[in-house]
Amino acid sequence: MKYLAEFRNGEIAQRMAREIHAIATRPWKIMEVCGGQTHSIIKNGIDQMLPAGIEMIHGPGCPVCVTPLELIDKALAIAAQPGVIFCSFGDMLRVPGTDADLFQIKGAGGDVRVVYSPLDAVEIAAKNPDKQVVFFGVGFETTAPANAMSVHVAKRRGLKNFSLLVSHVLVPPAIAAILESPGNKVQAFLLAGHVCSVMGYWEYPPIAAKYEIPLVVTGFEPLDLLDGIRRAVIQLEAGRHEVENAYERIVTFAGNLPAQRLLAEVFEVTDRAWRGIGVIPKSGWRLSEAYREFDAEERFHITGIHTEESPLCRAGDVLRGAIKPAECAAFGKECTPRHPLGATMVSSEGACAAYFNYGRFLSAEELATAGSGLTHA
Amino acid sequence: MPEIAKPETPDVGATDLSKGAPDFSSWSCPLPLVGYPTIVMGHGGGGKLGNELVEHLFLPAFRNAALESLGDAAVLNLPSGRLAMSTDSFVVQPLFFPGGSIGELAVNGTVNDLAVSGAAPKFLSASFILEEGFPLAQLAAMVEAMAAAAATAGVQIVTGDTKVVERGHGDGCYINTAGIGVLREGIQVGPNRAKPGDAILVSGMIGDHGMAIMSVREGLEFESQIRSDCAALNGMIGEVLDAAGLAVHAMRDPTRGGLASTLNEIAQASGVGITIDEARLPVRTEVQSACELLGLDPVYVANEGKAVFFVAAEAAEQVLAVLKAHPLGRDAAVIGHVTAEHKGMLVARTAMGANRVIAQQIGEQLPRIC
Amino acid sequence: MGAREGYKGFAMCLAIPGKVIGIAEENGLRMGRVDFGGVVKRVCLDYVPDVEVGDYTIVHVGFALSKIDEDEALRTLEIFRQMGVLEEELADGDEAFARAASAPSSPCPDGSCVPK
Repeated sequence: MKYLAEFRNGEIAQRMAREIHAIATRPWKIMEVCGGQTHSIIKNGIDQMLPAGIEMIHGPGCPVCVTPLELIDKALAIAAQPGVIFCSFGDMLRVPGTDADLFQIKGAGGDVRVVYSPLDAVEIAAKNPDKQVVFFGVGFETTAPANAMSVHVAKRRGLKNFSLLVSHVLVPPAIAAILESPGNKVQAFLLAGHVCSVMGYWEYPPIAAKYEIPLVVTGFEPLDLLDGIRRAVIQLEAGRHEVENAYERIVTFAGNLPAQRLLAEVFEVTDRAWRGIGVIPKSGWRLSEAYREFDAEERFHITGIHTEESPLCRAGDVLRGAIKPAECAAFGKECTPRHPLGATMVSSEGACAAYFNYGRFLSAEELATAGSGLTHA
Repeated sequence: MPEIAKPETPDVGATDLSKGAPDFSSWSCPLPLVGYPTIVMGHGGGGKLGNELVEHLFLPAFRNAALESLGDAAVLNLPSGRLAMSTDSFVVQPLFFPGGSIGELAVNGTVNDLAVSGAAPKFLSASFILEEGFPLAQLAAMVEAMAAAAATAGVQIVTGDTKVVERGHGDGCYINTAGIGVLREGIQVGPNRAKPGDAILVSGMIGDHGMAIMSVREGLEFESQIRSDCAALNGMIGEVLDAAGLAVHAMRDPTRGGLASTLNEIAQASGVGITIDEARLPVRTEVQSACELLGLDPVYVANEGKAVFFVAAEAAEQVLAVLKAHPLGRDAAVIGHVTAEHKGMLVARTAMGANRVIAQQIGEQLPRIC
Repeated sequence: MGAREGYKGFAMCLAIPGKVIGIAEENGLRMGRVDFGGVVKRVCLDYVPDVEVGDYTIVHVGFALSKIDEDEALRTLEIFRQMGVLEEELADGDEAFARAASAPSSPCPDGSCVPK
């Protein structure tokens, strides 16, 4: 695929990695915020290519993982109701609530449907006027424009049977919260490139200045990630703390203005609880007054939810970057993608899932020497 | 070779729904059925309606002596030697997809299971569970496709059964096929026979079937030229065994769970490690793109017309040449080798030059694929 | 009839590049047919009014979010290709650092932001 494959060139990647080796003189800890970047790093072995002193700390960039358990349980309660068509993205299906997951609700007769786009859910609502159609709108700023448009279209078409279950979280407050937390070790951030394609990066200079920390807007392909890391290391070695854009082919300083306009109309900022982290003020979006009628939590009034986290699950520590997934005692034992204890093991952006699915059971040394003797034609 | 009596042979893998309902003028069905050509409960009852289906649909399509005797069991003449038997049920959704239908899948799936076991497939049974209301035209199209697939594979469908369940209790049509084949002399294959040093070959592009299904799966549809690779592999496998004989240690067709699952299974069964080179995996561009779009990995996507071979290193070149000379094996490639390290694990060298473990898939990535 | 099963593996922050091959108005939305390496999907183009047929755009859950600046993409690739090419000539890390700091993509092109 054009503008994708070229940024996966292995030979160039090796050379870029050698550049980083040549530049780094001290250990540095860099956090990538976005779960998609975590997956790309682990899948492509980018972390294995870096000098030993450079540690990638995986951030809470998994919107599913930080959605409060209570909201997941509410989603399950709504999905189980007769007369409801519950729509979501594919990877939500096996996220465990306290007692069940969407897949089990579906098995028990609930009408749960996977869709590619929230607009598909609006179409389902238009085609099924006698049912209540709910879309589980979980995501960062990248997904918010799609959800905003779906509600906007539903309103324009006068659909009374469509609603959005909202779990939107924002990146800048999360970064500030991580930097504020006692014992924080992160010294630089790779900013989520696709979040910035929507929001731009005008929100970040004050953060870079206040905490004196380099922030680099970074893409997702191996070469983009290596470039982001390279630039962060250069800044760290030079003692600089600026906002840089390493994803210029997609991201501009101002971002996507039409999207930001509709977002401002459909959503308003609110405090949000981040599972495993706690409440971060002004870190989420909820539907604005003008669109509140489309809020599924208000429409369905689910009460009597009793949530219970697994005592073994350390997803919170993983999300804050305090431990790596393989350091959790339950990793690969009580907790696997088939029997996940927390969302990080089952969401497509969860760090635990990345480590498990890309087999980080072997030690770094074992992995490096595996496949020796592989001959090339 | 049995003579298949039907007006034209449809291109196997291009089930033609435009043909419409079969000619009912010679049927003695009650009037309502001719007027509304769908399956009714009576078709599964073993009475007159059921016999109509056999006489007018199955028999003409599958025509062979064993079937025509219409006994409760097919009486077969088998050459002496060891036999292999296999069975599979098919629940794919949707029933018709780019490149084929549940019919061809049902025939080729069982043919291939026998072939990768080192047997020459000979006879198949075909059992149908139909939902009340299922259009007869679709059943006819499916059956014609099965007949064509059987002819191509050189097997006969010699016995079968039809049951009907009430509307709402079955997704249109489920098919089970069971097959018998005769084991070749002079070979020893099995999933536990892979040895360190063996070369691993795949017969062509991976991921076609699964992504063809996804392209028409409700909620995720996309436009593409991707077609299922559904095909009978016994001819190609026969040529490989002719050429390499005992040098072939293991064979398997990577269906559900894709190449990754098959390699993991053999690694575990044989107690060996497997290393592959991702850059050498043959994947069609559109399949790669579709996987990007849906966030899937081609190594986990189902195939229905591909085989994986574990052969002694010295025979790899020869097997590759045989595969590439066969119409179904043109894109064959050597993708890796067996090692004594990391036993039971599949490790891949990525395009980055790093190594990653490709784990056994947990659960069904793409349900109702075959 | 028909399966509505879910499946695993759909990554949410994932936005992929595609080429717009057709544009039409549908239900009040500007919809495009976008070609992703041979696979075509319908995508909402309302957020990228400057994107026309023939342009490349980055798409996430059925929405185009940004036009891909193709000149920038090629420039970036060229810079990447140049990296490490002169590596054999480097004496030690300082030279590499200085060279990197003076690379066009750095906000400090004259290399004046050396370590304090």
